[in-house]
Amino acid sequence: MKIVKRALAGTMESSDIQIVVEAGEGIEIELKSSVEKQFGNQIRKVIRETLEKLGVEDVKVIAIDKGALDCTVQARVAAAAYRGAEIKENYNWEVIK
Amino acid sequence: MKNKIGREIPEEIIEKYEVYQGSFDKEILGRKASPKISRVKPGESKLIESLEDAIVKSGLKDGMTISFHHHFRSGDYIVNKVMDLIAEMGIKDLTLAPSSLTSVHAPLIKHIKNGVITKITSSGLRGELAEEISNGLMEEPVIIRSHGGRARAIEAGDIQIDVAFLGASSSDEYGNASGASGKAICGPLGYAQIDAEYADNVVIITDNIVEYPNMPASILQTNVDYVVKVDEIGNPSGIASGATRFTKNPKELLIADYASKTIVGSKYFKEGFSFQTGTGGSSLAVTRFLRNEMIKQNINASFALGGITKPMVEMLEEGLINTIFDVQSFDLVAANSVSKNERHQEISSTFYANPHNKGAAVNKLDIVILSALEVDTDFNVNVITGSDGVIRGASGGHCDTAAGSKLTMIVAPLVRGRIPTIVDSVNTVITPGETIDVVVTEIGIAINPRREDLIEEFKNLDVPVYTIEELKDKAIEVVGKPERIQYEDKVVALVEYRDGTIIDVIRKVK
Amino acid sequence: MDRLRRTMMFVPGNNPGMLRDAYIYGADCLMFDLEDSVALTEKDAARFLVYNAVRTVDYGNTEVVVRINGLDTPFGKSDIEAMVIAGVDVIRLPKTETKQDILDVEAVIDEVEKKIGKELGSTKMMAAIEGPLGVFNAYDIATASDRLIGIALGAEDFVTNMKTKRYLDGMELFAARSQIVLAARAAGIYALDTVFSDVDNEEGFRKEVEFIKQLGFDGKSVINPRQIGPVNEIYTPTEKEISKALDVKRAIKEAEEKGSGVISLNGKMIDKPIVDRADRVLHLAMAAGVYKEEFGDEK
Repeated sequence: MKIVKRALAGTMESSDIQIVVEAGEGIEIELKSSVEKQFGNQIRKVIRETLEKLGVEDVKVIAIDKGALDCTVQARVAAAAYRGAEIKENYNWEVIK
Repeated sequence: MKNKIGREIPEEIIEKYEVYQGSFDKEILGRKASPKISRVKPGESKLIESLEDAIVKSGLKDGMTISFHHHFRSGDYIVNKVMDLIAEMGIKDLTLAPSSLTSVHAPLIKHIKNGVITKITSSGLRGELAEEISNGLMEEPVIIRSHGGRARAIEAGDIQIDVAFLGASSSDEYGNASGASGKAICGPLGYAQIDAEYADNVVIITDNIVEYPNMPASILQTNVDYVVKVDEIGNPSGIASGATRFTKNPKELLIADYASKTIVGSKYFKEGFSFQTGTGGSSLAVTRFLRNEMIKQNINASFALGGITKPMVEMLEEGLINTIFDVQSFDLVAANSVSKNERHQEISSTFYANPHNKGAAVNKLDIVILSALEVDTDFNVNVITGSDGVIRGASGGHCDTAAGSKLTMIVAPLVRGRIPTIVDSVNTVITPGETIDVVVTEIGIAINPRREDLIEEFKNLDVPVYTIEELKDKAIEVVGKPERIQYEDKVVALVEYRDGTIIDVIRKVK
Repeated sequence: MDRLRRTMMFVPGNNPGMLRDAYIYGADCLMFDLEDSVALTEKDAARFLVYNAVRTVDYGNTEVVVRINGLDTPFGKSDIEAMVIAGVDVIRLPKTETKQDILDVEAVIDEVEKKIGKELGSTKMMAAIEGPLGVFNAYDIATASDRLIGIALGAEDFVTNMKTKRYLDGMELFAARSQIVLAARAAGIYALDTVFSDVDNEEGFRKEVEFIKQLGFDGKSVINPRQIGPVNEIYTPTEKEISKALDVKRAIKEAEEKGSGVISLNGKMIDKPIVDRADRVLHLAMAAGVYKEEFGDEK
């Protein structure tokens, strides 16, 4: 899956994470999290794994986290990636989780 | 070395202080401390023109200890004003010993940096000041003391106050001071009374001089050296949180529902019982649920204790509570009730919670509801450091009421955002698990295994009962396992248990 | 009647905090919404979020229902596909007007179940009836598919279509409610009532719940956890009702032991409706935790 445009998903409300994806080289993740000390590494890992499962190879991710659970991080990354790849149907549900 | 509850206390601290041995196991001896004798002769005036003159007259010098009270909470102007003046006068190396500090006291940072303040003892630290201290701002660790522990420390001479700067919303020229009338009303001055009695020098700061005698007074002329009038002592809107709103947060209501069901199902809920609840959303809701149950079962309380809020006052007026013991009022309704209602009694911090006097009010408490930032599987409670290890709270009366009360309940959500509340080991212990009986969350309660009687009693309770480990596991199931906070070796604060022993230390965060 | 559906709590599908916490309040069913509570631009994001929540969060015994967008929107088909794969218990159709609406959704569910090798028919359906045509076709809708577990009234759209608005006494909904509960009973499925939006008006809410219980509804849609307690309370049988139900069950047991075909209690014959009612009372009483023993495990 190729990121062809800048796209955003998620909000900055409590328990959510806002994910911005844009074209990049390799997977680059920039994270600001209210729970950085406790979960920063885990969040980065989940973002990376989700992108890998979706087959996104080149992307820059800018994430602002307000305490989102892993399942929320995955959902927001998937939504942003599909939007960034301009894919609007026939999602590959099996790989998302 | 580890203390009795397994907290690692560095050697250099053990050399200077006793470590925690158990909630009532410390031996006590000695005599109470006493302030210098001083005399005011007939005809002498205590009124001083300016705050600066008062500081000069008080004889404040390098290396001394000064104190303040925190009854004006985040509306306080006095601490910053006095410290700015002291700094201008070039006095250095002071120990700051207020009853507590809040987020409005961030300007103290510069006075620490420039050496005006070198030591602090306080119930709490918040905001920027707390963050800076957690990041290693001070050479000397701050000593965190509970309200009862501070009263004890002053009476025992552990804190020797040279000058107490005590704000009051009204005072006469001879120092009879009160928080009941004027602009910056705060109600009782329960945390300031001990300062007035034990400080060598007492300066009353008011924006409202009234005719002599200003009675009833919280602080009496016999303890006051000087009275200063200033323009403003505090911002009323920061002193009293307006009307106490009843929470609509469903999670807080659910926790409150479980907490009140647990109380009502206990042997302590009977005619003449006593209780203390806090100001948090769940805690206030418990008060209301209890009220309904008291009316339904025709049960009255002998007394309510603590920081007092409007719902308590209403129950007093309805006759559901016989007496209120009020060390600080949290809203204007409570503040005004003290002077209106003789069954609403102002009490001092030593009467409230001092473990080393001849019986504090907490000893007579049946039920207390307390909050928590973290609770661990040994039931130890943290109310001072956030999950990131940074100081952001206050010891307050937490460990005092927990030690005194027959049924100590912690109300807290299982998780906050992504942060679990129930954990393997809390970042900082304020209250030892041996004094905690029940933890109440939105999914159910856990009973301290030491309380076999309660485990038996709550078997048929209409509330899910878990072990504390199960609660912890459920929290982790939801949010995942957090990484442990990394600390450096440097100790930024000592946590003193109410009896004066060191129960834990707070280290610099990485 | 194998399952209680006293409360069905609406949870906006694009709100991670609420998706996470919804299960703690003791609702019998949770309804995650992909439709009206989600902005048009966020339909895809909400779908991902609900999908992941359903696959990850342990909702225990709570029934998980997802309200999808209609097949007449660009989102409906993907909604169904994702939710069947996620394994929700029930897919809820909004604005159901005709039997064909049900059949169309069922066809998509069939297709997805086949594709992923899921047992055919395992994903249940319910239909919200939100307009006069739907009310008119209520029985046809209720009997359109074996997957259907219930029909619900959606009053907000209904009153607008009826050129009226909602009143506290609910007279404007009387015909629709009656028709829906009749259709559900005739079809042998559940009937669920609409939401009551003024969360702070507990008295008005209670009156409405008492009323719909009287009409025969199985439960109520709720929009706030604070509404769950009152519904459960109102649907909790009284002590008198429980003891009467127990008397009925004991009489049956005695009759069985005696080998007698005719069951009587206090001189009155007990027939099937009375037995069914007693079962339902005990079932509700058990769910409310006010009755545990003896006939508890019987159906």
